[in-house]
Amino acid sequence: MPEHKMLTKRIGDINPLSIKDAMEKGSYKQFKKALSMERIDIIDEIEKANLRGRGGAGFPMHIKLMSTAKQEATPKYIVCNADEGEPGNFKDRYLMEKDPHMILEGMLIAAYAVGASRGFFYIRGEYDQAISIMKWAIEEAKEKGLLGKNINDSGFDFEMEVRTGAGSYVVGEEFAMIESIEGKSGRTRVKPPFPTDEGVFGMPTLLNNVETYCNLPFIVEMGGNNYKKIGTPTSTGTKLISLSGNITNPGVYEVPFGTTIREVIDTLGGGVPSDRKIKMVQLGGACGPIIPEFMLDMQIDYERFEEFESKTGAGAIIVMDDRQDLFEVLLRIVKFFEHESCGRCTPCREGHVHLEKLLRKFFKHDGTPNELYSLESLARVIHQSSLCGLGQSSPISIISTLGYFRNEFHDRMAFDGGEES
Amino acid sequence: MIKLKINGFDIEAKQGATVLETAKENGIDIPTLCYYPDLKINSDCRVCSVEISGSKNLQTACSTPVKEGMEVKTNTSKVYNARKTITELILANHDTNCTTCSRNLKCELQDLANTLGIDENRFEKVLEMDEVDNHNPSIYRNPNRCIKCGRCIEVCKDVEGTYVLENQGRSNEVKVAPKYGKYLSDEDCTFCGQCASVCPVAAITEKDDSQRVFDAINNPKKHVIVQVAPAIRVAIGEEFGHEAGGQWTGQLISALKRLGFDRVFDTDFTADLTIIEEGHELLERVKTGGTLPMMTSCCPGWINYAEQQHPDMLDHLSTCKSPQQMFGALAKTYYAESAKIDPEDMYVVSIMPCTAKKYEAARKEMQINESIQDVDAVLTTRELAKMIRSQGINFNNLKDGEFDTPFGITTGAAAIFGATGGVMEAALRTVSEVVNEKPLEKIEFKDVRGFDGIKEATVELGGNPVKVAVAHTLKHAETLISQVKAGKSEYAFIEVMTCPGGCVGGGGQPYGTTNKKRIERIESTYRVDGAMQIRKSHENPTIKKLYDDFLKEPLGKKSHTLLHTHYHPRHKKT
Repeated sequence: MPEHKMLTKRIGDINPLSIKDAMEKGSYKQFKKALSMERIDIIDEIEKANLRGRGGAGFPMHIKLMSTAKQEATPKYIVCNADEGEPGNFKDRYLMEKDPHMILEGMLIAAYAVGASRGFFYIRGEYDQAISIMKWAIEEAKEKGLLGKNINDSGFDFEMEVRTGAGSYVVGEEFAMIESIEGKSGRTRVKPPFPTDEGVFGMPTLLNNVETYCNLPFIVEMGGNNYKKIGTPTSTGTKLISLSGNITNPGVYEVPFGTTIREVIDTLGGGVPSDRKIKMVQLGGACGPIIPEFMLDMQIDYERFEEFESKTGAGAIIVMDDRQDLFEVLLRIVKFFEHESCGRCTPCREGHVHLEKLLRKFFKHDGTPNELYSLESLARVIHQSSLCGLGQSSPISIISTLGYFRNEFHDRMAFDGGEES
Repeated sequence: MIKLKINGFDIEAKQGATVLETAKENGIDIPTLCYYPDLKINSDCRVCSVEISGSKNLQTACSTPVKEGMEVKTNTSKVYNARKTITELILANHDTNCTTCSRNLKCELQDLANTLGIDENRFEKVLEMDEVDNHNPSIYRNPNRCIKCGRCIEVCKDVEGTYVLENQGRSNEVKVAPKYGKYLSDEDCTFCGQCASVCPVAAITEKDDSQRVFDAINNPKKHVIVQVAPAIRVAIGEEFGHEAGGQWTGQLISALKRLGFDRVFDTDFTADLTIIEEGHELLERVKTGGTLPMMTSCCPGWINYAEQQHPDMLDHLSTCKSPQQMFGALAKTYYAESAKIDPEDMYVVSIMPCTAKKYEAARKEMQINESIQDVDAVLTTRELAKMIRSQGINFNNLKDGEFDTPFGITTGAAAIFGATGGVMEAALRTVSEVVNEKPLEKIEFKDVRGFDGIKEATVELGGNPVKVAVAHTLKHAETLISQVKAGKSEYAFIEVMTCPGGCVGGGGQPYGTTNKKRIERIESTYRVDGAMQIRKSHENPTIKKLYDDFLKEPLGKKSHTLLHTHYHPRHKKT
């Protein structure tokens, strides 16, 4: 039973290009219910539900909602982060392409709860189909009077538009995205102030991932106390998993928190093809940890993931079998981040270049104990001192493999028996 | 007050203070690189990283406000390793030929590496050499030394509002470069040099003209004279270890004499002359219905800006040359005649707090004839200090010298040219007495003093109230310009200085110039004024003599040829 279909329950049944079909199957009912509720009560239910962000960092949703709601400055904005640039993730794309009105409904509930009047739906530029579907869905919602002035005679005004990226990974980071929405190059800002205080154009801004918003109609429908029965006591609800790599059935799966990684790989994914063995699994995407096979019984859970300096990530599971070379994988990852660094802060801008140089030495069986020391120290410094999430998470793959696969680094030294100094 | 712990010690801090400020006040130094007082905090370099309770990652001290109960650790091995690694990374992508760099021993990066005890770099050199920009008379830009701290971008954008420099590209290919063009000269750069003043390394500096000056001094055929701007005497001592706020006129003169200049003169003299000419021009404009408000023209950064950005406003600019250029023009005519020296054999050097003065001196409009410029070389305060050091002159042990005649007798009005509002105050002292035909009761016009971006004052002239305004930094000047353009300006006369604080805060002043130091230099400037025997330009006896013997009358024929100029709209290349 590892699957628990909630967000994905009606996917396949509804026509994403028809608001009529979506509404017949329940869309916007919970938004209308929310309109009859006090704003604070909506936030209260979300707090009871203990909903945490599904984009990677896992920040409690109600704290963001509350701090945006209590801002006096107007207009307030809400942003849907659909940039999904993290390699190995495709669940937001799936939601946008299959059930756009669920996302819009979630955003409307959030917008109403915080008093936002304008929304930006920021979609990764490469997602052509998702972009056109979301644009179509927004037009249909406008025609139905679900966007615009005085929605459903509630006095609530809300406009929404689609914005698209231009091929930059880092605009998935909240402040880089806000800069991009403002028409600037995608570079993060210094925090504080946080987006909920000064976001888009300096105004209070609520920014969340696609999947996070999708949970709101369900919380409104069943109430926070019922919602939190799904999952584990500390991580409630379900998580969409993007399963890829050396796997028989890759795809998007929705599981309750608490499901083990092995269950997802074996039961849902059908295991590794051709009877190969799993060598390692990367969690969350390119920015996540790489763990060995023996750790696959760990549960998908915010707390559990934090133990090894990682955030839950957006829910990617990338399976790599015993043919894969760890150093080839690490090099590919580090080159990706080297290219995607915005170039603003020193550790990230300058550090990735040297991570690549050092890794290449091991890749070529030419590493030295000193280089192993430098690699480890540099990876930690980039992780600890970078300005935004990119540099803070990009070295996690190296840091985790230095722990779990350290012997492989030793095997790649220039001479036998390379003892660490 | 907020209570927190730094390195285990209980500390009290002001609400809103940053960890960096609080640590410093309590005797704990946290190294910084991109941080600069008065500039927006970007926390890009990450050198000031510290451990803060509750945060897994390191936090930058410059950008983190103190909080009640916070525990900060500034000296753990985690912190030290991060700082050291970050600095090594910067050095691996930096032209580290330190001994042949103009900022050797005066470089913030070098200091940092030294403080952190970096004696080898674990990281391979990754610098790819890029072309140096040496295409204008003022600013030298060497991208191979740039460490991407962003200070120059902030000062250009946020302080001056000129937006010439920006970050380009991404990842490790990021460059700090002129917005559209390859060279600064392709851009609407005013050459104010504020970028050079805040650069922690030698990626942006003034163009060094000291060798040209040494060559002239060592050429026996040349009669080399030097003029010193009012802002130099209140700053040069800082180059030799003194705190801001003093004045070193006598030692400065002696140092210049020891350097081998044939005559040492004071730009203050032509500052007085500027007041006479500009004051009469203002009165003439008022009387004949000329273009008002009239705007000052002594600041070459401002002139560049006006020509580039507001070509339709050039009629508002006073036609007076700046004191530097008036000096050069008179030196090669009036002084040359009286000293019986062929102007071809004369070499005029100016010591200026300013990089844009180098551009001004090279302008075509600023020449005696096609082969003779009014001024031959301009040195910044920093270049002069370097020359003094290079010649083994012990500045601090020098006895006070005196300016040579005839350009040595000056007034308090001229002395305050270096401070924002100073030109205005000097002009008001003269214009009021000329118009009202009676001595001023109060010689000091305090409304135009101080560090506010825009200041205004109302004075009685011939029974009528006349409003004047003063702006420093081009960002603030822009406010006054838009009023003029909208036809809503109430002012008859506007002073504009490009640099914060006026010339005392110029782009050529000693490194480490902050608003605090600017204010101290301004105060020192007013002390110089207060100590002068004569404090009004029109009472300067040598100025009177100059008119009697040579110029005849303000705005006269000779003045027109030598002391006034004209401006050109510049086509934007972008």
